[in-house]
Amino acid sequence: MKSWTLLALMVGSTVMGDVLQSMEMKRHGEIREFHPRGIGRALAALARKKFLILAIFCMAVSFFAFMTLLESTDLSFAVPASAATLVFETILARMVLNERVDSRRWVGACLVACGVVLLAQ
Amino acid sequence: MNPDARIRWKTRVFTLIVVVSNALGNFALASGMRHRSTDSVREYLAAIFSPWVIVGIVLLILWLLSRMALLSWADLSYVLPITSLGYVANALMGRLFLNEQVTPARWAGTLLIVAGTVFVGIGSPHGKGDL
Repeated sequence: MKSWTLLALMVGSTVMGDVLQSMEMKRHGEIREFHPRGIGRALAALARKKFLILAIFCMAVSFFAFMTLLESTDLSFAVPASAATLVFETILARMVLNERVDSRRWVGACLVACGVVLLAQ
Repeated sequence: MNPDARIRWKTRVFTLIVVVSNALGNFALASGMRHRSTDSVREYLAAIFSPWVIVGIVLLILWLLSRMALLSWADLSYVLPITSLGYVANALMGRLFLNEQVTPARWAGTLLIVAGTVFVGIGSPHGKGDL
């Protein structure tokens, strides 16, 4: 029971964190500079984005739930089971982020989701 | 290099970093948390500052930053399936290094994930198709 609660907490916070992170990174635009000064500038700009801060908070919740989950379950169960997020996030990518999710992506996401269910057996 | 080729090249490099850092980070965390008790705050802090967990946290910070960069030009609905190769890597590492059971169903799942990843990966990372 504790494992399933932790898993639900992890999935919920990951979905929220990923959608917020993607939303804010899209607003920021493509990162083009990867030298130390460029990375520093990008991080300084990103540190002021409210949704990104919220996303990182959600990811921290997800991380601690995952870490606690690993105490009692196998890595080869915990990681695949967390991929339930993929289904929710693909739907939210279409509905909230207005991404054009073509048939190739839907099929790919479904294949991955089926694979994850089998991995969790 | 034309913009499309540049984005594809960059996407491949960052996908590799995201997948490897996530798989190794999760593995290090699992190694550090195995058979540990975190019933009290003291035990929890001891777990967080154990060597394997620190390595795991550093790798997962690298994962977070590289994934943020990837999401600045690629769609979430592209990044999710393409980085799912990390699940396969974790199943393999669990089997090889942590002596976990990998049943035929898990191997079948692994193949489906690879198929899904290839399916999405041959498309454009940007849904608008204007790159």
